Amino acid sequence: METSALSFYLISAFILITGLLTVFTKKLFRAAIWLLSSLIGIAALYFVMEVDFAAAVQIIVYVGGIVVLIIFSIFLTNNEGVSMPEPLSKRKIFSALAVLCGAGYTVMLLDQHVWMAHSANAYDPSVKKIGYLLVSNSPDSYVLPFEVVSILLLAAMIGCIVIAIKARPEEK
Amino acid sequence: MSGIPLTHIIIVSSLLFFIGAYGFLTRRNLIAMLMSVELMLNSVNINFIAFNKYLFPDNLDGLVYTVFIIAIAAAEAAVAIAIIINLFRNTRSIDAEDADQLKN
Repeated sequence: METSALSFYLISAFILITGLLTVFTKKLFRAAIWLLSSLIGIAALYFVMEVDFAAAVQIIVYVGGIVVLIIFSIFLTNNEGVSMPEPLSKRKIFSALAVLCGAGYTVMLLDQHVWMAHSANAYDPSVKKIGYLLVSNSPDSYVLPFEVVSILLLAAMIGCIVIAIKARPEEK
Repeated sequence: MSGIPLTHIIIVSSLLFFIGAYGFLTRRNLIAMLMSVELMLNSVNINFIAFNKYLFPDNLDGLVYTVFIIAIAAAEAAVAIAIIINLFRNTRSIDAEDADQLKN
């Protein structure tokens, strides 16, 4: 087996095991650390797939931003040493049933499907091409969604400050 | 890289999606539910990039959509955490079952 295929299967196993630990571990802070490992594994998967830009964005935004935000909020809201209560066994059984049926059906469908590539050209995700696709005045560029996303981020930032700000004592 | 079949990548991402779905259904802690949602969003990102690379290598639309999804996931996580912190101030708990002020 060639090296890239071997590393793909190792990274996939890592992602799935850390994902399972994220979902099953009792302590919230440990779940956050397992989520961090899983996200780093996904960035490594992008590197193996030779999509370096997505890997860099994944590490910067998810690992550097979202997980840090989640860990902050765990420390702000939780006495983090306490274990989470075990979910109800009825809920566990029915969720597991739904998820296992869904996963089995999906894997079965994927196993039978034959993919048709629409072109035999090499895939070239260079940053230059991505930049032209995101911000340029050609008709098929994504400049309007790009601007909409930037306005959304600004609105989310202001909204977060308004929601999370402490009310003044006289307003309570 | 071309030695890996597309089906295997899609199977990995769909298993990750269902792991996240299980966490979302069983966990009652709001931050743990948010983490499960992040897992599901990431599995969708893997799908976009794999389809883009294997089936439509001429254009980079899947990659651009992945970048948009990551940006919107960041905004979503920030707003969700602001709401969770505000809820914790009011109820001293981040359990989804305890947020029932609208019920009565």
